[in-house]
Amino acid sequence: MKQAIIRTKGLSKEYVMGAEIIYALRGIDVEIERNEYVALMGPSGSGKSTFMNLIGCLDTPTAGEYWLNGTAVARLNDDQLAAIRNREIGFVFQTFNLLPRATALHNVELPLIYGGTGARERRERAEHVLERVGLADRMTHRPSELSGGQKQRVAVARALVNDPAILLADEPTGNLDSRTGAEIMALFDELHDSGQTILLVTHEHDVALHANRRITLLDGLIESDETQAAQVAV
Amino acid sequence: MSLRDAIRLAFAQIRAQKLKSFFSVIGVVIGVMFLIAVVTIVEGMNRYMEEDFARSLFGLNTLTVSRQPSMMMNPSDEQWREWRRRPRLRTEDAEAIREQLTVPARVAIESSSTSRARSVRGEEVSGVWLSAASPEIFRIREWDVAEGRLFGPLEAEAGLPVVVLGSETAETLFGSLNPLGRTVRIRDVSFEVIGVLESQGTLFTMSLDNRAIAPASSPMGRMTNPRGVVDNILVKADDPTALELAKMEVEAIMRVRNRLRPDQPNNFELETQDQSMAFWATMSRILFIAFPALVGIALVVGGMVIMNIMLMSVVERTQEIGMRKSVGARRRDVLLQILVESGTLSFVGASIGIGLGLGLAKLVEAVSPMPAAVGYHWLALAAGMGIVVGVLAGLYPASRASRLDPVVALRAE
Ligand SMILES: Nc1ncnc2c1ncn2[C@@H]1O[C@H](COP(=O)(O)OP(=O)(O)OP(=O)(O)O)[C@@H](O)[C@H]1O
Ligand SMILES: [Mg+2]
Repeated sequence: MKQAIIRTKGLSKEYVMGAEIIYALRGIDVEIERNEYVALMGPSGSGKSTFMNLIGCLDTPTAGEYWLNGTAVARLNDDQLAAIRNREIGFVFQTFNLLPRATALHNVELPLIYGGTGARERRERAEHVLERVGLADRMTHRPSELSGGQKQRVAVARALVNDPAILLADEPTGNLDSRTGAEIMALFDELHDSGQTILLVTHEHDVALHANRRITLLDGLIESDETQAAQVAV
Repeated sequence: MSLRDAIRLAFAQIRAQKLKSFFSVIGVVIGVMFLIAVVTIVEGMNRYMEEDFARSLFGLNTLTVSRQPSMMMNPSDEQWREWRRRPRLRTEDAEAIREQLTVPARVAIESSSTSRARSVRGEEVSGVWLSAASPEIFRIREWDVAEGRLFGPLEAEAGLPVVVLGSETAETLFGSLNPLGRTVRIRDVSFEVIGVLESQGTLFTMSLDNRAIAPASSPMGRMTNPRGVVDNILVKADDPTALELAKMEVEAIMRVRNRLRPDQPNNFELETQDQSMAFWATMSRILFIAFPALVGIALVVGGMVIMNIMLMSVVERTQEIGMRKSVGARRRDVLLQILVESGTLSFVGASIGIGLGLGLAKLVEAVSPMPAAVGYHWLALAAGMGIVVGVLAGLYPASRASRLDPVVALRAE
């Protein structure tokens, strides 16, 4: 039997804006198993980012349940959430979000610093994961000295360095040209092949085709959830 | 995140924004600089006053009786007239004190003036400090003879024209010649040089070695005061306790001699080293009260500048803080980071301030007679204050940063 890394039940998020209540998510039931590769789609404002933030423990739901690796997340306090983000979640953002003045190596070490890993081990692991994303020769470069695709690789390396249960990517190719985007997608495919569980948000159909499951949101609800083999040759 | 990581991060941040960092700590730099400069100068001054000034002016355990105070802060005209009305001190006063004092003590009279002195071969010195004094003066003033001898009671009694010269006076008049036995002419009177004093050094760049001391009853007495009148009566006791007793007795003796009623104030001055120190102590107290207040204001203003800059910096780095939280930074990690950063910033500012302050003190020392001395505890205090100001200034920005919602922070532009 497959083990669910992520399981949600009635996951909801409401925002109160003055007198108005915005229902960003209205009860999402979903299970994602180990080594699944899920693309989250849907029109703008459908709740994709909101869902990612809840899954990534950056935010807490207003209603519903969420189990990450069997742990009920909804009732954890701030520090416990931080620890889960540190160990179980790897986030990749559309805008890379790297420290502009730090080297690639230091950027990748960051989660390990907050995890309390010693300096020596930090460096070894950061180097190793940078090699894995193909940046062995760019370790001491700063973000301003890297191309967009390389920056996103650094961000991916940072997300992977703690060997997270799931890699979350909110439009990782949104700021990249199509060729560089394709390179990043190839990297994701590789990671998936080596066992990584991935959840990614995208607007682009051909990006979604890399995944083997596509969930589409509409107005805070799941509109469709289809599993089929990836349609892109790796 | 460990403290070490936080400090390393803080330095990286400061280095990345050197100019901004500098401007944000300018208040602390200035505050600490003035603190160190003033403390250095005042402490140097203090040491100087205690070790050299008071001693060379008044002598250890010595009481000086005089007509008016030797040091005064802005006397009023009326005060001045009161001093002028006072009776002059006379030789008989000194004799009465010598006879009636029960505390063991040495008593001397001294009258002073300045004049030119000439050697027979034509060399001349001006501004020579003349003292017509009793032989006890040497013991009381702790003047030791370097060459020759001092005059004794017999010569004093006889009023012989013998003189003991300061080392500078002797040097200028006689150069490499042996001054002993030679003649000095002061106001057309010839004195025989019998001794030369050891060098006393300088006081506020003023030489203490340009002097000539002769017996009070010698012709030098007439040059300094009308017959029978003296400037000072000096009483030297063995220790501070004896000095206190002697002071009380001398006061009583003088009041009787001047026929003062119990309700009348003294019409003479009694001064000890303590009094002259009290004068300086008042001044240094004013400095020590006024300057910390100024330094405090500078530090508060400096702290506020740092706080605002840190607030700005937190706003600027909202996205970065969101990202740090997304990779596992806890509230206290963010708190620590900002606190350490502002503490480090302020500490760096304080260190610059210490450097500049010491520089300023050295400069003052170089261009004025005031020496510079500073205790290490002041440096430690200044550095510590820098850190405290920084940490306090960082509290609010740090708590703002730590409470940022990661989702909101990440969305920030
Ligand atoms: N902090 C917030 N306060 C109020 N409303 C919010 C907040 N965050 C999101 N929303 C609203 O929730 C809804 C879902 O937003 P979300 O960002 O999840 O959409 P999305 O699917 O990621 O859209 P896009 O494709 O444009 O990124 C939107 O209507 C949005 O306006
Ligand atoms: Mg979105």
